[in-house]
Amino acid sequence: MSKGILYDATMCIGCKQCESACAQQNELPYDDKVAAESVQTDHKFTTVLAKDDKFMRRLCQHCEHPACASVCPVGAFHKTADGPVVYDVWKCIGCRYCMVACAFSQPKYEWGKLNPRVRKCIMCPDRVAQGLATACATACPTGATKFGDHEALIAEAKDRIRNNPENYVDHIYGLNEVGGTSVLMLSSVPFEQFGLPKIQRIGEEALPEYTGRVMDMMPDFIPLWALVLGGVYWVSNRRAEVAEVEAEERALRGGK
Amino acid sequence: MTIMNIKVTFWRVLFVAIMIAGLYSTYVRYLHGLGAVSNMNDQYPWGLWIGFDCLCGVMLAAGGFCVTGAVYIFHVERLHSVCRPAILTAFLGYVLFIVGLLFDLGRPWFIWHQMIYMNFHSVMFEVGMCVMTYTTVLFLEFLPNVLERFNLAAPIRWVKKIYPVLVCLGILLSTLHQSSLGSLFLIFPEKMSPFWYTPALPFFFFLSAIACGLAMTIFESTLSARAFGRGLERSVMTEIGGALYVVLWIIALLRLQDFVHRHVFTTIFKGSYEAYFLWTELILCFVIPLTMLSFKKVRTNPHLLYLAALSTILGFVTNRLNVAITSMDRWNGSHYLPSFTETSITLMICALGFFFFNMAVRFLPIFEDEHHGAPHAEQTLELAEVQQPTLVH
Repeated sequence: MSKGILYDATMCIGCKQCESACAQQNELPYDDKVAAESVQTDHKFTTVLAKDDKFMRRLCQHCEHPACASVCPVGAFHKTADGPVVYDVWKCIGCRYCMVACAFSQPKYEWGKLNPRVRKCIMCPDRVAQGLATACATACPTGATKFGDHEALIAEAKDRIRNNPENYVDHIYGLNEVGGTSVLMLSSVPFEQFGLPKIQRIGEEALPEYTGRVMDMMPDFIPLWALVLGGVYWVSNRRAEVAEVEAEERALRGGK
Repeated sequence: MTIMNIKVTFWRVLFVAIMIAGLYSTYVRYLHGLGAVSNMNDQYPWGLWIGFDCLCGVMLAAGGFCVTGAVYIFHVERLHSVCRPAILTAFLGYVLFIVGLLFDLGRPWFIWHQMIYMNFHSVMFEVGMCVMTYTTVLFLEFLPNVLERFNLAAPIRWVKKIYPVLVCLGILLSTLHQSSLGSLFLIFPEKMSPFWYTPALPFFFFLSAIACGLAMTIFESTLSARAFGRGLERSVMTEIGGALYVVLWIIALLRLQDFVHRHVFTTIFKGSYEAYFLWTELILCFVIPLTMLSFKKVRTNPHLLYLAALSTILGFVTNRLNVAITSMDRWNGSHYLPSFTETSITLMICALGFFFFNMAVRFLPIFEDEHHGAPHAEQTLELAEVQQPTLVH
């Protein structure tokens, strides 16, 4: 059964324990300076944003149909059965199409390195495979970040909104966005205030569909177009041949 | 002025300056990484190198498949004389595209992974495979030039035998990857301005490649005629100018239809940051060349025809840069301008293109008609000496 993360911003106290745990898990530097950074970078996979007394966590959404995996020419990204969208650095050639394609702008690049990697939250795949929760969910003191079965989390998110409708905007972020994501979010303020793209903007359709529609035409298009080109060549070639023979005949007749 | 027996001209000095700057930037690129050399960042993972070197490079090299297709598939024999220069431009264009890619890829030393880790869902994979195959096809199409130069009759016969197949394959591969370069952008509709995002992007990329292929054929023929003092076949140029006129009208009407269909037609008249870029593009792509080419006097005048072609080329280059960069400015809430070092590498690649074109024209029978039998190497050299050669024209 596929796993997921439910982040409830109303329960978040902005302690940034998740950031610290994430850095430790992924062997990234973490100190006060990094903690103060509010943008995700190649050394900060998750960040807790604050606006007045409201908080919002940003991390890879782990799409059900990830655009990054679909666009990668060498298939360096793939979604595991458990839910995490993981990255194989060995395959990567560094085209950065994943970064352009991601609706949540999650993949970040090691611009300063000579053999750069794409970095993003990979939902602790090793821990998840062992049946453990992700580092961030384990570290969270309030339960704002909760790890569990995806379906169960969806049900729980719905329950929370139903039981306390005044506490939440009536939307589970990630339920339908780009065809659904493994990370679900609840909040008391609109998500776009924290830079999460609106569902009206990114749609409910899985992003790979957009290119898939074109790519699906290829197997039909290639033989058809080849046939047309070959046909035109044959006809125009034949016409040239006939014209030549006719000219010869005309010359012969004229000669007689 | 001459230094060590080499005549110093403006273009040569410029060439050397560009090469020095470019080589310095190459050094920075491969010693300190992409961040040090370019202004690309997490918001703009694709910059000038993808926007210009790759997207425009491939578009400007489209003359190869347009002209060979017309001559070998449709038997438009009149265009025979521009076949070789068009193939040369295309071959150089694709080789330089790959050179550009080696700068842009973060891990260029793993570029061969493309051939073993295949992701068939990826548009980029399709483009990569097509470009690789098509560069091989172009190499074979270009090969007779070299073989003739060294009077190797037997291999020329082999290549000639498979020539129609090569040309067909070239058109097929070009159709696929020229349009797929547009498909690359289909997967992030949310990020792009509605001025440039349209589900029809692949069609527009393909059509603009044809327009630019024709425009480049006029451009390079006129330039090399001027540089080498050769006579320009005016009737051929007029004919290509006419074809360009028709293609531009088709694209213009389809663009109009696309704007109206997606309900953005009225917004293009409202002043906005994107609208200025769009109008720059539309004026250069359509208004100037269509107005010019509608006069017979322009189509028959090599100089004016050259200007119309130049405007078309600049217009579609603007179009692709807009698609790749400008259209995402609003989403990112910031702007991207290439750095000096980034630009110098692009300029170096362009300068190398001119340089190799010049060298090829000088040492290979590019402007010899193959019907006249074996090429005359001596004649080519003689001509080069007579003409006060410029290193780059």
